[in-house]
Amino acid sequence: MTNDILVWIEHTDAQADTISWEAMTAAAGLAAGTGGAVRAIVAGPSTRALAEAALRHGAASVFAAEDASLAGFRLEAAGALVAGLITAHPPAAFVAGASLRGLELSAWVAARCGAPLAADVTDLSVANGAIIALRPTLAGNVISKVTMPGPSTRVISVRKRLFPGAAEVENATGDITPVQAALAEDAIGTKIVGFEPAAATISLGGARVVVSGGRAVGGPDGFKPIRDLADAVGGALGASRAAVDAGWIPYAHQVGQTGKTVQPDLYIACGISGAIQHLAGMKTSKTIVAINKDPEAPIFKYARFGLVGDIFQIVPALAAEFRKRLS
Amino acid sequence: MNIIALVKQTPDTAKLSRTLNGLQLMADGQPRIVNPWDEYALEIALQLRDKHGGKKVTALSLGRPEAVDALRTGLAMGADEAILISDPGLAGTDTLGTARALAAAIKKIGAADIIVAGRSAIDGNSAAVPAQVAALLGLPLVSYVAALKTVDTAGRSLIVARALEGGRETVTARLPVVITVVKEIAEPRYPSFMGIRKAAKAPITTWALKDLGLDPAALVPQMTWEAFLPEMREVQCEFIAGTPAEQAAALVTKLLEQKIL
Ligand SMILES: Cc1cc2nc3c(=O)[nH]c(=O)nc-3n(C[C@H](O)[C@H](O)[C@H](O)COP(=O)(O)OP(=O)(O)OC[C@H]3O[C@@H](n4cnc5c(N)ncnc54)[C@H](O)[C@@H]3O)c2cc1C
Ligand SMILES: Nc1ncnc2c1ncn2[C@@H]1O[C@H](COP(=O)(O)O)[C@@H](O)[C@H]1O
Repeated sequence: MTNDILVWIEHTDAQADTISWEAMTAAAGLAAGTGGAVRAIVAGPSTRALAEAALRHGAASVFAAEDASLAGFRLEAAGALVAGLITAHPPAAFVAGASLRGLELSAWVAARCGAPLAADVTDLSVANGAIIALRPTLAGNVISKVTMPGPSTRVISVRKRLFPGAAEVENATGDITPVQAALAEDAIGTKIVGFEPAAATISLGGARVVVSGGRAVGGPDGFKPIRDLADAVGGALGASRAAVDAGWIPYAHQVGQTGKTVQPDLYIACGISGAIQHLAGMKTSKTIVAINKDPEAPIFKYARFGLVGDIFQIVPALAAEFRKRLS
Repeated sequence: MNIIALVKQTPDTAKLSRTLNGLQLMADGQPRIVNPWDEYALEIALQLRDKHGGKKVTALSLGRPEAVDALRTGLAMGADEAILISDPGLAGTDTLGTARALAAAIKKIGAADIIVAGRSAIDGNSAAVPAQVAALLGLPLVSYVAALKTVDTAGRSLIVARALEGGRETVTARLPVVITVVKEIAEPRYPSFMGIRKAAKAPITTWALKDLGLDPAALVPQMTWEAFLPEMREVQCEFIAGTPAEQAAALVTKLLEQKIL
């Protein structure tokens, strides 16, 4: 058992995903509490530069597994690698970002190691050797405070955009230790045979600004001004379920309990009433702006700024104003 | 080909309102539903049976005795059999305890080729149990399945498309396999009238921990938790009046001045 914190570096073709440096910050916070060091795990072929980047973002050392079987992300291969490292050098905690992959990796590793799991946490602290995590449950309507006393390894995934990305320093030293893959290719039950990247729109999950349209947009064409406003602020396009169910916009844009959870710096709700299920997906946004013709709409109770009026007039005016002022 | 659908009963979050908060909803006697994502799991389990040469669908749930209602929904939709794992020793267990009990039940059912689960449970929000079941059983997991492309019963493999953050990944997996499904995969069917009548009378097997050869002491979580309501954020909405152009100008000024953008 050590006081160290192991952190998973998630990447796409050896380019770090933003969430990796957020996980690094969370790991550094835990390491400060346990008195250990942060050790990163970088898996996949041609990831030497990424391992160096992990050192520059605060890792004291890196376990680097460059085996071809670790290309892409396959849960069994990645999970067995991490579980093996945990067994060989038991850390106080293993931390991953709560991306779709990170969620399942942390769950898998916890099961294999018989370790407690706190998934999708929004806050972490250490007290008397125990790790305390906060996690929203019941669509954000209940907060669960999880206390994991240890001393054995605890497994944690951290929600996107809640921990600031770790700063990069110019010169960093630290060992990059090569490690073998834990599984041979024929022991892995899946093969990735293709990947089709989503259209190059800004993805909701990591967006700094989200502009969403609701039932008030009235039809597929009604989303044009909303989309234009999103473009003007460099934001992603969201929608309420009412708009998705009406078939005006694909489900991938739905924000809320049965859609995506977003946590942008700025959320602009256009013609959305603020139903509890919609709020579940966006109420922790840093700043909410609501545009609605009904001054009594519940969304205003959560909004920092409220604009009462017609979206078809205000939204284009706002897009024009952003273009003028942000250029 | 035998299929097991993992179905959880959860609080009905649609009932949350200004007069019913999250903690109140979690209390006994409040409305419960089939975890919405698990309706998709059930639907795909039934399609695997009916369109892809499957033989039998078993709906499996771990929960309190009232979780039989969720299983009855599964039976009414068309599942052949339903099993509830229920035991006082499971009260307050975590995802790992749940996964251990589900994995033991899956072994006891035997000869499962595809285990289908939802992407996450709306109450616990951990998206963990299917991966943990797969890890414990030593089976591959293919999560976030948005489309079944090929199910090759003879070759014992399947090809699916997964919906990931950056796009769609096509994966082949060998059977037996655990999959989780997302909403795009299919529209869950409504139980038929006949189905509901049949389900109301169907026997539901219940297994306690001893039936699964599990020791409650081994399922005690290595953590404790307490639940509380999120702090209501004290946001005082500042209304910005004027013509649309004035409202727009004033809002952008405030966003820039307050460094929100
Ligand atoms: C189990 C369950 C899960 C759900 N999951 C989700 C989810 O994930 N996401 C989600 O969003 N919803 C979800 N819902 C649905 C949710 O309850 C609401 O029905 C939905 O969010 C309403 O969408 P809306 O605000 O766009 O429409 P409405 O509630 O109809 O609101 C439209 C608003 O637009 C305003 N308006 C109309 N015309 C104009 C105009 N010209 N200019 C300005 N304002 C105008 C109106 O005043 C009104 O406030 C779920 C429901 C259930 C039961
Ligand atoms: N108690 C349970 N009984 C049956 N299935 C479950 C249970 N808990 C979780 N699952 C399955 O695992 C999925 C993910 O749940 P979770 O990991 O709890 O978010 C659910 O959609 C179910 O398919």
